Amino acid sequence: MKAPRFAYARPASVAEALALLAEHKDEARVLAGGQSLVPMLNFRVAAPKVLVDINRIAALTGIKVSKNHLRIGALVRHVELERSADIARHLPLIAAAMPHVAHPAIRNRGTFGGSCALADPAAELPACAIALAAIFVVASKKGERRIAAQDFFKGLYATALKAGELLVAAEFPLPKPADASAFGELARRHGDYAMVGVAAHGSTQGGKFSDMRVVFFGVADRPQRAAEFEAALGGQAAAARTIAAALPRLDADLSPRADFHGSAATKRHLAKVLAGRVLKQMEGVS
Amino acid sequence: MSEFDEAAKTLLFDAPNSYVGRSVTRPNARRLTQGRGQYVDDIVLPRMVHVAYVRSPHAHAKIVKIESKKAAAMPGVVRIATGAEIALVCKPYVGVLTHLQGMRSPPQYPLAIEVARWQGEPVVAVVAQSRAEAEDAVDAVEVRYEELPAALDAERALDPSETKIHKEFDSNLCFQRTVDTGGVDAAMKSAHLVVEDTIVFGRHTGVTMEPRAILADYNRAEESMTVYHCGQSPHMMQGIIASRLSLDEHRVRIVARDVGGSFGIKIHTYGDEIAACALSLMLGRPVKFAADRLESFLSDIHARDHRVKAKLAVDRDGNMLALEIDDLTGIGPYSMFPRSSGVECNQVLNLTGGPYKHKEYRARGTVVFQNKNMMCQYRAVGHPIAVAVAEHMVDQAAAKLGIDPAEMRKRNLIADDAYPCKSASGMRFEALSHHQCMDKLLALMKYDGLRREQSDLRKKGVYRGIGLSSFIEVTNPSPMFYGVGGARIAAQDGCTIKLDANGAIVAATGVTEQGQGTETIMAQIAATALGVEMSCVKVLTGDTDKVPYGGGTWASRAAGIGGEAVLQAGLALKANILQAGAVILKTSASDLDIVDGRVVKKGTEQGITLAELARICYYRGNELPVDFQPELVVTRHYRVKDYAFVFSNGAQGCSLEVDIETGFVKLLKMWCVDDCGRVINPKLVDEQARGGIVQGIGGALYEQCLYDDRGQLLNATMADYLVPMAAEMPDIECAHVETPTKTSMLGAKGAGEAGTGGAPAAIMNAVNDALRPLEAKVTSQPITPEIVLRALGKA
Amino acid sequence: MKAAAETLEVSLTVNGEAVKRSVPARLNLADFLRIELELTGTHVGCEHGVCGACTLRVDGEIVRGCLMFAAQADGCTVDTIEGLSDSREIEELQSAFVLTNALQCGFCTPGVLMAAQALLRDEPNPSRERIREYLSGNYCRCTGYQAIVDAIEAVAKARAARSVR
Repeated sequence: MKAPRFAYARPASVAEALALLAEHKDEARVLAGGQSLVPMLNFRVAAPKVLVDINRIAALTGIKVSKNHLRIGALVRHVELERSADIARHLPLIAAAMPHVAHPAIRNRGTFGGSCALADPAAELPACAIALAAIFVVASKKGERRIAAQDFFKGLYATALKAGELLVAAEFPLPKPADASAFGELARRHGDYAMVGVAAHGSTQGGKFSDMRVVFFGVADRPQRAAEFEAALGGQAAAARTIAAALPRLDADLSPRADFHGSAATKRHLAKVLAGRVLKQMEGVS
Repeated sequence: MSEFDEAAKTLLFDAPNSYVGRSVTRPNARRLTQGRGQYVDDIVLPRMVHVAYVRSPHAHAKIVKIESKKAAAMPGVVRIATGAEIALVCKPYVGVLTHLQGMRSPPQYPLAIEVARWQGEPVVAVVAQSRAEAEDAVDAVEVRYEELPAALDAERALDPSETKIHKEFDSNLCFQRTVDTGGVDAAMKSAHLVVEDTIVFGRHTGVTMEPRAILADYNRAEESMTVYHCGQSPHMMQGIIASRLSLDEHRVRIVARDVGGSFGIKIHTYGDEIAACALSLMLGRPVKFAADRLESFLSDIHARDHRVKAKLAVDRDGNMLALEIDDLTGIGPYSMFPRSSGVECNQVLNLTGGPYKHKEYRARGTVVFQNKNMMCQYRAVGHPIAVAVAEHMVDQAAAKLGIDPAEMRKRNLIADDAYPCKSASGMRFEALSHHQCMDKLLALMKYDGLRREQSDLRKKGVYRGIGLSSFIEVTNPSPMFYGVGGARIAAQDGCTIKLDANGAIVAATGVTEQGQGTETIMAQIAATALGVEMSCVKVLTGDTDKVPYGGGTWASRAAGIGGEAVLQAGLALKANILQAGAVILKTSASDLDIVDGRVVKKGTEQGITLAELARICYYRGNELPVDFQPELVVTRHYRVKDYAFVFSNGAQGCSLEVDIETGFVKLLKMWCVDDCGRVINPKLVDEQARGGIVQGIGGALYEQCLYDDRGQLLNATMADYLVPMAAEMPDIECAHVETPTKTSMLGAKGAGEAGTGGAPAAIMNAVNDALRPLEAKVTSQPITPEIVLRALGKA
Repeated sequence: MKAAAETLEVSLTVNGEAVKRSVPARLNLADFLRIELELTGTHVGCEHGVCGACTLRVDGEIVRGCLMFAAQADGCTVDTIEGLSDSREIEELQSAFVLTNALQCGFCTPGVLMAAQALLRDEPNPSRERIREYLSGNYCRCTGYQAIVDAIEAVAKARAARSVR
């Protein structure tokens, strides 16, 4: 399983990277952590003519807390997210997700941007981004644009990124008091892609659920927000019984596809069980 | 000294400096921790080239046209060869054992010719300067296929309307056999209770960490071939390569150095490996084939694809009266050469219910060809199925009668003093210890405490399960396993042992090492026989030029058969050494012994070192009498004569918890009590048990080769095919019972496969034990969360 | 800026030695080490980053050698099992592995040792459960993992005992 031939370039700046992407168009692919792309090359299911290695572009690194948001650079490695005090403090949902992402050797190379740009439906970070209402910052020769995480994931390995565009960062709103989150996934083996997972974020202000964003992964061709489920929680008491009562709404929200682990019915069942267990863990839930 | 002299055995094995029964560390382990292993892919030879294969993307297809001009012109390409071209230098092979009556399989060629019969079958060989360039050219070879209907459902394989894979046969039947004691129907009719079930086992595979690899080097000048191979049975391969490529067998040398896991996967004849040898012959230079992981999943043998219908009749006290099974298994489109793909089913027929006292047994086995990957022997061949079926039925009957599963076994296991005796299926047992093992297991598990805890937790809605299994295990096979059926696979084994000029002991043995510790235990035995420290002993394995003709390592034969040959050779060398010592020390040999590397007068410190004795014998012959010639190199062979197989036995236990909402099964702990006769190295036996149990866990809970309705293997990656990983595995407690076999002086039976044979049964029983209060039951493996949820009516 | 190229010059440090080579862009780091530098202790088991046999150290952190291209290691410091052995950095772990028989065929072992060393560097006294969790990225088909956990636990405990004195 040797990769097919390709030409390799290692730009030193975002501008250089964009120039290369513009030059080679759909014959080029961006190489970030490589933990998903390189297996594709080795299996020869992807055969780009040009690999644009962005790993040395300093502008894409860094976790920065500013007045209004926390910015995660596209090249931030999973391990950095795992170890970051800022992430633990401001985005505990991501801190909770990271130990589930593959294994240490993968996390040392895999990147936040790479995970989001790849858009594997069973990946943790895309679901977290949606749950946390992140805004993706995308650069092209024309300049920068911002895309809400909600609108970024279009399908199986499909995102809103256009040809010649590069994901450079994501901006996450800083948490408000009474914000609460919870994360969970079911996997046959630790570190596997999830059979089903859920990333939830909202507020339990005044003992009631509000601003609930409950995102499932591993159940469809993209991370899926459970709108009816969220609606059933919103305004209700932040309590286990509320969650239990809302679970049947997931039948309408989720249209899972069968996979190796089970039928659509099995997935739906597991999603409900998981949601019931995970949401109870949100701070402020009685 | 008679080899069955109990006093002599005691003197030898229980002596203070005996290594038998000691958990010494492995001398060959340290270099592996330093990355100094020599696996086939590590070996580089001058002018070496690499082969990659175009493999059939279809389960069944006519090969209409092969267009390779473009590929041949690509960078680095040396040669492209089709199946027809390889067939010009390579004879086909037929995987049939004549003692499996009626078994049939057509001749098989290394590469498909005219028709491809499984997805992944090699079709075209591409040889290039590097593996990457070979793969580039593989992508450029154009093969036009005409898809044919594929036979994929074993249940329908024999329907007249089903695609016949081989035109020359009237059906897809490979082999069928029935065992019948004659009284099953009567026993079923008069029984107090008959329980019935259908148990399904998913096809799965070995997944050795080192994929298969071979490096063949043909020397035109000498018409000789040296083959570096990761195989378990070098002499067998020597014969196969020589006969298929029309080379003189003594001019073919097989070398097996470090092997990264085998488990039976690396004991078969793979077309891609034979073709690599053929290509070396054609090109006159070294050709390396190193399978990648995708190829491994598509073409390493699969195993354990069975559907078993079972019926058990018991009386009102739970005594087993009759057992009946109907086993259907789907193999590949050919029976694998040379061990045949009928042995797994045959073992299921022979072994199901083996530990138990019932007199009546009827078993029918049907082996059918399919357009899926080849199937053949994989660790504990057939045992995981045989044991799981019997143990499941025993538990089912016990539950219906309200008898505790442990008590049920106590009533039905063959008594420890009933031997020698035969199983209902006709297997001859020398001496087993089912009750002793079960008692020890229950004590180890603190079984009663587990039951109490289970009961307490059930009240809190926590579903724990406790599962037991009793098993027999085929070890130390005689020629009745393969040789009798025409296969050129040695059941005997030999050891050539010498005292070298410096006083060290060098023992060359026909059994092989793949990490289980073969070389270590042979050194332990040799050192014990000769009265030397283990550090003075060097063991040679895995080179047909250097070791006596032997069988290699499989069917748990190395310790019992290889070990006995080493023991006998060691004792014979000792006798020769003492003869020389007698001459040198001017006394009689019966007055002498070897203690700590010195030939001494018994009970004294008077004597000389082996190094000194060797110096005299090798260099100072002038100091010896003219009529005395020391022979310091001795060869002895051994084969099992009195029994077809020397069975071992044991008992396993499993404690787990079922999450009845998610269907997830969490293994809490497992236990294994194994009686493998005299234990040479307790730690190594324990580690074989642990590794074997985890492979059994894989088959019971995680692993399955998933095919779609077009015969495409869907999960041919390490991410999708679920091999057990560390986080989900329990600690496994092991203990031993020792009932030495009298078929050898060493008394050792095999231990490598018992873990795998007994574990799936214990796990399935534990899951069903957990689910019993909910009136749910699983009857298929792997027991995935979905299977549990379906049993519970939740999915 | 250099244009995209199929062959590149790389300079890196491998086991403390400066190495300079011309490499195909598609040559992965594991193959580079094994074939170019004849450091065959790093093993290739799956080529999709799952089995862990190719685990080695780049700039101090464990990575999958099969998922990095040699070209990407330009300017990096690479440590393989040979380097960790020769420098005696993992001597204690290696001895513990031999003692508990934490290896059988040895194919997964270099990768496991790399991961074990990384774990103990970051977490000097992990529980058995934590060891199992961390080692989940390294497949072993021979041992069933228990002896590996025993070995790592033993080293952690020995180090903890020494630091108390």
